[in-house]
Amino acid sequence: MRRSGGGASIPRRAPGLIRRAPAVSGPEIERVFREEYGRAVAVLVRTFGDIDIAEEAVQDAFTVAAQRWPDTGLPPSPAGWIITTARRRAIDRFRSDAARQDRHAKAALLHAGREPIEDGPVRDDRLRLIFTCCHPALATDVQVALTLRLLGGLSTGEIARAFLVPEATMAQRLARAKGKIRDAGIPYRVPAETELPGRLASVLAVIYLIFNEGYVASSGDVLVRDDLSAEAIRLGRLLAELLPAEPEVLGLLALMLLVEARRRSRATASGELVLLADQDRSRWDRTLIDEGQAIVRACLRRNQPGPYQIQAAINAVHTDATDAAGTDWHQILQLYDQLRSMTPTPVVALNRAVALAEVEGAAVALAAVDRLNLDGYYLFHAIRADLLSRVGRDAEARSAYAAALALASNAVERRFLERARDALNI
Amino acid sequence: MKRYLLSVYHVDGEPDPSPEAMQTIYRDVDALNKEMQAAGAWVFAGGLHPETTASVLRVKNGEVLTTDGPFVEGKEHIGGFWVIQAADLDAALAWGAKATRACAAPVEVRPFQDEPQG
Repeated sequence: MRRSGGGASIPRRAPGLIRRAPAVSGPEIERVFREEYGRAVAVLVRTFGDIDIAEEAVQDAFTVAAQRWPDTGLPPSPAGWIITTARRRAIDRFRSDAARQDRHAKAALLHAGREPIEDGPVRDDRLRLIFTCCHPALATDVQVALTLRLLGGLSTGEIARAFLVPEATMAQRLARAKGKIRDAGIPYRVPAETELPGRLASVLAVIYLIFNEGYVASSGDVLVRDDLSAEAIRLGRLLAELLPAEPEVLGLLALMLLVEARRRSRATASGELVLLADQDRSRWDRTLIDEGQAIVRACLRRNQPGPYQIQAAINAVHTDATDAAGTDWHQILQLYDQLRSMTPTPVVALNRAVALAEVEGAAVALAAVDRLNLDGYYLFHAIRADLLSRVGRDAEARSAYAAALALASNAVERRFLERARDALNI
Repeated sequence: MKRYLLSVYHVDGEPDPSPEAMQTIYRDVDALNKEMQAAGAWVFAGGLHPETTASVLRVKNGEVLTTDGPFVEGKEHIGGFWVIQAADLDAALAWGAKATRACAAPVEVRPFQDEPQG
């Protein structure tokens, strides 16, 4: 008999925990949960060879922690405590299940018996788990959900809300994915050197997708979902720690930090979108900018450029300027040229056109945009509308804004487009 | 070792490969079979006659009914398959990648259920 799909989440704030004048607060335990959940699951997946069993065991251990830690205080190594407790409790349970001839429990016990016992942080386990979650045999939305669930420790409900799907749908998606990993034999290992570039690309794509969904929610009423971006940055930092020799890993982290640094100035108090040129730069986060720019400089010294590093460099140039007029557009255009030679996609060409407008004028940029086949992309129409109005073709700009509005689904972006359209002279 | 089914799909209405292309496919599939056998991955393989040669059996009201033609009147039909054994999905996908190149047709990789233990 199989154990069911690990749907239960740990009680994050057990009521008893807050009333008892705790030595460790509920939020503190929640912090440990966020930081150590992925590590513990990763170790136990290796121990038991099964994701559901690992998740259930770790959730069990955190339930015990939520009961004990308020009295005992945090153990010296919370992660080690969780991993040891989870393993011990799971093995105890399997022993009694195995006594009842449970084939699955026997298999898990056998697997556990073969594994060396290591309680310390085993860094490669999380790396293995990331590559399993982002395996190319899983659909992208599934890769994203699994990564948030297993490495981020987000509950099924939280992931469902973040992507605006019913919780039952997300639960089914996760259960199906874990079933495929188990039954199809998706391996739990870091890919070999020869496969690493391709496999790493899908890991980076998943993290960037999570970040972007947090930065510009693709639909719904709010512009950003801070928690998703924060989670993506946490995953980016983790990956940079695990694969410090991969320049694109650092490039992605720097890109996210430099974009994140501008978050506070991206919207007005009433939630309206503010363009980069109009942002209050004194509200940018200097700490994140310094960290991001330092990584970009390290990447430049290493001189193994890639698309994420170049996008980070573009953002580093933007954050270098004290005001919009001081932006070094020539350098940004050069970086876009380099990016376009690596990833010759229409979307890159569209973003390049924005820089081109600043260097060679709106008419040249408009001609470049008109050559692109991006009719289904709202930003194509929005950028085209702006360029049309800059060259005085307001009537065409109005219909381009209409085309953009027909495609945009985020309410904040829609209001921005409507304001821009209404400001036209026609 | 796990076992995987590699099925080769043909889409109805697509033109048949030229005789020269067929010769290349036969030669490549033959070479792949030998490679799989040498690696210990090959369990069984075969090509199938067109779906027009199929018959379908089903039980209705306790009686077995026989109908002419394939089970699904769909656009795609299995043209042939391999049964292979591989350590994990990555290894199976690597054989699948060689298979789709050799057959010049899409290949679906699907795991067999584990055999029941004693």
